[in-house]
Amino acid sequence: MSRKPEYGLLIDYEYCTGCYACQVACAQEYEWPAGMGGIRVIEIVEKLPNDKHYLKFMPIPTELCILCAGRTKEGKNPACVHHCMAACMKYGKIEELAKEINKPRMVLWAPKA
Amino acid sequence: MTHDEIRKVHTTTWSGGPGCHGGCGVIAHIKNNRLIKIEGDPDHPMNRGRLCPRCLAMTQYVHHPERLTRPLKRAGKRGENKWQEISWDEAFDLIEEKFGSIRNDFGPESVVFSMGTGRDVGAWICMLAYAFGSPNVSFALSGNACYTPRITASEIVLGDYCIFDGGQWCAKGHDDPRYTVPECIVIWGYNIPASCPDNIFGHWAIDLMKKGSKLITIDPRLSWFASRSDKWLLIRPGTDGALAMGFLNIIIQEGLYDKDFGKKWTNAPHLIRKDTGKLLRESDLMPNGSSDNFAAWDVINKNIVIWGSHHAVYKTKVSEAALEGQFKIKLKDGKEINATTVWSEFCARAAEYPVEKVAEITWLKERDIIDAARLYAKSKPATIQWGLAIDSTPAITPTATAIAALWCITGNLGIPGGNVIARYAYNAVAYALPGAKGVIKRPSKEIDEKRIGYREYGLFREFIWRAQTDKVLEQIFSEDPYPVKGMWIQCCILIGGTGYDPARWIKALKKLDFTVVVDIFMTPTCQMADVVLPATTFLEKDSIRSWWVPLQTINKAMTVDECKSGIEINFELAKRFDPNFRWKTIYDLFDEILEPSGMTFKELQEKGWSIPPEGHPSAPYLRHEKGLLRQDGKPGFQKRSGKVELYSTLREEWGLEPMPCYEEPPFTPVSRPDLAEEYPLILSTSRRSPVYFLSEHRNIPWLREADPDPVLEIHPDTAKSMGVGQGEWVWVENWMGRCKLKAKVSPIVPRWMVMAAHGWWFPEKPGEEPSLYGMWESNINQLMLMGYNGKDGLGTITKHLLCKVYKVNGKG
Ligand code: SF4
Ligand code: SF4
Ligand code: SF4
Repeated sequence: MSRKPEYGLLIDYEYCTGCYACQVACAQEYEWPAGMGGIRVIEIVEKLPNDKHYLKFMPIPTELCILCAGRTKEGKNPACVHHCMAACMKYGKIEELAKEINKPRMVLWAPKA
Repeated sequence: MTHDEIRKVHTTTWSGGPGCHGGCGVIAHIKNNRLIKIEGDPDHPMNRGRLCPRCLAMTQYVHHPERLTRPLKRAGKRGENKWQEISWDEAFDLIEEKFGSIRNDFGPESVVFSMGTGRDVGAWICMLAYAFGSPNVSFALSGNACYTPRITASEIVLGDYCIFDGGQWCAKGHDDPRYTVPECIVIWGYNIPASCPDNIFGHWAIDLMKKGSKLITIDPRLSWFASRSDKWLLIRPGTDGALAMGFLNIIIQEGLYDKDFGKKWTNAPHLIRKDTGKLLRESDLMPNGSSDNFAAWDVINKNIVIWGSHHAVYKTKVSEAALEGQFKIKLKDGKEINATTVWSEFCARAAEYPVEKVAEITWLKERDIIDAARLYAKSKPATIQWGLAIDSTPAITPTATAIAALWCITGNLGIPGGNVIARYAYNAVAYALPGAKGVIKRPSKEIDEKRIGYREYGLFREFIWRAQTDKVLEQIFSEDPYPVKGMWIQCCILIGGTGYDPARWIKALKKLDFTVVVDIFMTPTCQMADVVLPATTFLEKDSIRSWWVPLQTINKAMTVDECKSGIEINFELAKRFDPNFRWKTIYDLFDEILEPSGMTFKELQEKGWSIPPEGHPSAPYLRHEKGLLRQDGKPGFQKRSGKVELYSTLREEWGLEPMPCYEEPPFTPVSRPDLAEEYPLILSTSRRSPVYFLSEHRNIPWLREADPDPVLEIHPDTAKSMGVGQGEWVWVENWMGRCKLKAKVSPIVPRWMVMAAHGWWFPEKPGEEPSLYGMWESNINQLMLMGYNGKDGLGTITKHLLCKVYKVNGKG
């Protein structure tokens, strides 16, 4: 059994535009080579009734996300959160973030860190 | 400071680097003259800490192993990719000699100065061209179809340019108490989050959505916005003009317009002669009457009143000017004519577009058109943000004037959260964009008359200070009325990016005697050059950003090898070419440009950025009421008539249609059913990628991995009918040529349209011909045509050509 995670990332994915800023911000921060990094953005086109569709982007933390331990210790936001173009990411204690799920289309990630 | 301490330099993005139209505040972390990290500045009003992937990838860009670092001189034939490194002095001497002899033998106009999308270097390109004596500054896209057409159309209607108010003029942005969140935002032909065009931070629209703005999205493609809109109008590409006319008609029919605004601030009450169809002018009525003054009908006193354009007031007392009606008028020669009002004619024009007809043209549902028109017109404030798609059709001006009329007649002009007039902050203008006058002055009228396109197009005579691109290409071959012998191409990927029909452009460039290309990396365009000069990114230069708001400096944070900035390169050559060149240093020039702000370059640099205060003519709101728009301080607009012109005086003079209308583009299933038989799909291109700026950045690993291949978006049903599967390579072909793209099978495009990624060449492939960095493989411009512009020389066919698609190695 792993330890209980304390910190996480809350994403309001309704507003994620798939801009890739989080992905590149993490790559820059930790000098990851292309193809690796702490967070990956994926595009999903959801099929709905009546020939309708919903275009969704989702940032997903990877095995490499360390929740920016160094930055957050200094009181800074993680690099991805700082740069998110849609300001739809939030870093914090999982218990606090859970209370902020006050609208639909949100997801709370507890990365491996 | 010790040698390896980290310096944090605050600066502004613009041009080389993210490539964009910029304005973000960033903090560059510099160690030993190397960029080790870049972050968004949380205190900057534009981005507030946020930053796009292009800028976040700057470490891979600035220190890219393939950057151009020294001037190069061609050592083999053009296209052989053989070069010899030379010093800057040698390069300057050679350019001075070669361009100098063209100037002696053929005249200065025989050198064309070509730019990509403006940015700060646009000003310095003009500076160099004008110092050399050439009026021919050319933007390389067919029909000058990027921004210039929209600016021009807006100027035609209201004398200034208008943009979506995202709070950018308020110090606290959209949280400022002066600002009102729009109830409705219309996103028209735009994928704003993927680019930051028009000095708008694309994601402001998202901030406003979070605050409750409803969305109407007009786009044939399921964009991110379309997916989240109250109304998504999946329009047939190129029919936006019909939709705008349909909106106007519904709004007029249902009385949803602002009558007071129309009467007071537009030329709606001015009279139009029934016999000529032209405006009735004071000169028609009385012997000493001015042709700049117009007439209206006073409904109470039942007589003619004269509108004095010069002071923007009626010359005689008027009780109430008629908005509608038919009137019998006696002219100065005694002849009696019928006249009607501009408003009556405008309504009649709109009525030519009943919703059934608009639905048929646009392939939209009547219900959706009506609902969208009502949602827009009943929301206050409501704002329209229009995109490049609007410029990309030959009938751009009739389309864009219709859209501009929408925000005028609904009373959304100049109000917080509406469409507001955008001027250069503090009126600090570097160079002349359409309509504006800058510190860098055009050459004399005598020389300017030689500008390519000047003779043919009224707009290019009076508004647009560029050469008309399609005519430039034509003239390189025709040499009529004079030959083009040299070209200066700066920060512009003409071959591989902007240039439609690249085979023809290559032929043209090979015909020239001497060509210089200035860029950051080797490009297919550089392969056609005699001299290639290495430019800098925004991090390696001092410059200024004077475009809408804020006014800011770009601050040099570091250097890379021998690279020089656009201003440094052009300044040195301008001094050599013009014995009367006025400035000693680039900072003298910056100071002069900034003078209206009351700040010097140094002072502004210390401040970082500055937004003009309320009450300044370059700051909203409702300036037309306060007398802040016109030079004479009178209320009204910067127009000949002093009013918003629903009927354009200028277009009437140029012999062009003075009121908005719809024209079917030249190559659609409707206009060319014969071609559509062989090429059944609508070919649209030029949608933005969030990780690329146009044809740049394919060599930046972090960006390339996010969008690795040139794709063709194609609907699953369409793909299936052709036996094309996800990720398979297909040929996209029309009568101009073909290119190879990778099928992205997705329902985000309709069944009858494909969307081709644009700007693709492969920096990793060989540069020499015939490869030219793989430019012939996937460059969609091979299917594009030059020379299909509107009657005013603007607009092109980017969004609505025809094509067929078939599998590579499959049957054709
Ligand atoms: S929290 Fe830090 S480590 Fe994790 S994805 Fe974001 S930037 Fe990368
Ligand atoms: S930075 Fe924000 S908006 Fe952009 S992809 Fe990541 S989560 Fe989405
Ligand atoms: S593209 Fe937008 S976010 Fe990126 S640097 Fe330019 S203005 Fe800023």
